[in-house]
Amino acid sequence: MMVSIRFMNMEGIYMQIRLKNLKRSYGSLHAVNGISLSIPSNLIYGIIGKSGAGKSTLVRLISLLEKPDDGEVYFDELRVDNLAKEELIRRRRRVGMIFQNFNLFSSRNAAQNVAYPLEIIGTPKGEIKARVAELLELVGLGDRGKAPISTLSGGQKQRVAIARALACNPDILFCDEATSALDPQTTHSILALLKEIQRKMGLTIVMITHQMEVVRDVCDRVAVLDDGRVVEEGPVTDIFAKPKSDVTKEFLSHLVGTDAGSEEQMVQWSSKRGAYILRFRGVTTDQPILSQITRETGIDFNIRAGGVQKVGGEVEIGTLIVDIQGSEDEQESVVARLRELGVHVEKEERS
Amino acid sequence: MSAKIWLLIWNSTLQTLSMVFFSTLFSLILGLPLGVLLFSTGEEEQGGIIPMPLLNSVLSRIVNVLRSFPFIILMILLFPLSRLLIGTSIGTAATIVPLSIAAAPFVARVIETALKEVDPGVVQAARAMGSTNFQIVRKVLIPEAMPSLVSGVALTIISLIGYSAMAGAIGGGGLGDLAIRYGYQRFRGDIMLVAVIIILVLVEIVQVVGNRLSARLLARR
Repeated sequence: MMVSIRFMNMEGIYMQIRLKNLKRSYGSLHAVNGISLSIPSNLIYGIIGKSGAGKSTLVRLISLLEKPDDGEVYFDELRVDNLAKEELIRRRRRVGMIFQNFNLFSSRNAAQNVAYPLEIIGTPKGEIKARVAELLELVGLGDRGKAPISTLSGGQKQRVAIARALACNPDILFCDEATSALDPQTTHSILALLKEIQRKMGLTIVMITHQMEVVRDVCDRVAVLDDGRVVEEGPVTDIFAKPKSDVTKEFLSHLVGTDAGSEEQMVQWSSKRGAYILRFRGVTTDQPILSQITRETGIDFNIRAGGVQKVGGEVEIGTLIVDIQGSEDEQESVVARLRELGVHVEKEERS
Repeated sequence: MSAKIWLLIWNSTLQTLSMVFFSTLFSLILGLPLGVLLFSTGEEEQGGIIPMPLLNSVLSRIVNVLRSFPFIILMILLFPLSRLLIGTSIGTAATIVPLSIAAAPFVARVIETALKEVDPGVVQAARAMGSTNFQIVRKVLIPEAMPSLVSGVALTIISLIGYSAMAGAIGGGGLGDLAIRYGYQRFRGDIMLVAVIIILVLVEIVQVVGNRLSARLLARR
């Protein structure tokens, strides 16, 4: 029993990340201002925030590129924010990272890029060759090993970067805006690849992003960052069904607005936007809630737009944008009744 | 011109070539680590991998002072060092010492500038993968900067061809010496002309080869 547990820890399959009251300032700017998070193992965890919310600093702190001013970072039970130099370098070798701009070595071809992390830990040449071929195959670039980096497309570059990040069998893969420089289709294929790799290798993936689509499509849990703090955290399906903070709601509204043309597009019946956003989740999408309320109260709804989104590829979240007829009191009672029935209601701010 | 004169020109050319070759070699040996150190200890925003502001500014000052020193005076000041290392302060071999030392700070700046052109994101990626500082320099910075480094070395060689001609004036031998002693002091304009043309041709060859090599490295990326 002991042996098997030790084996699993060495393989790092159950690597969990914990952050305790992390702080990092640059001059008077508090980039990360007291963040505590627990990132469970073996899933895809999203960290979303607008630019300047502190995402980049946070990822530099948890990927051990920078030390916090205050607070602690744990990988499992091991505290990693205060490691000595040699230990720090050894620890970084167990962590993979991909970037918005790929950051590939232009002096090396695709295969040589993937070989780099193996070279620096002194892997024998023959072993490197076999492992590189295997990794390139995994990311779907089995025949492009000899290609100079400049001849690859953005998506192919990110695939090489993913293969490079996975070379040393990391416990954790950090993706820092990994799809932000890619077009929607390429983003889609990269996300699918990451999801497949997460399942195959059982690693913990942390996705730092400003794109709610990324969170919706691949993340299991998400933390919403604003002003260097976590304003909301939870399973992605909960966040989509019941967003609490204004920042989250704003992210979701962008998603509705920008999604036209994709599969989950909102159907617009009217060019006017409704006053209320209703979000239905799971079973509530199957029930005739609106007509039930109309029957009960005699108050009508005017549906402006609506649609269904798949979150995490499984759970469906329905969204309706409506106007509610009647006086303000009547509207309030309808909203109360909707909430009773498990619908999440937001009032649109008219500006 | 007689065969004897042509032999003289040939020997001077060989002297110049050996002076330039060895002083380039030694200035690289001195300047490369210095350039890497200048870059590495620089500000983090500019890519410095081990920022050490004090050491950096001291090194930077030393490099600037050496670079602004008039070469002729530096050479005279370094006569004792040449005597110590070579046994004499006159002749081609002795001139290599001041030439190397004069060119080293130039090489250091050239290397520093080339390394600064490397995308800091790439260095960050290498660091995130657990590279040691030495690995970052040897396996990332230098290969990534290679096209600029090649251009920089070509520039160094060209400067050294110029310096070596000057060194002729104080007993260093080579084409500069020939041009002064025969061309200027004995009114042999033809010898002066030949010496100058050979120097020009040498510079041109180095420039063209350097550009081609750098371009070929870039084209392979």
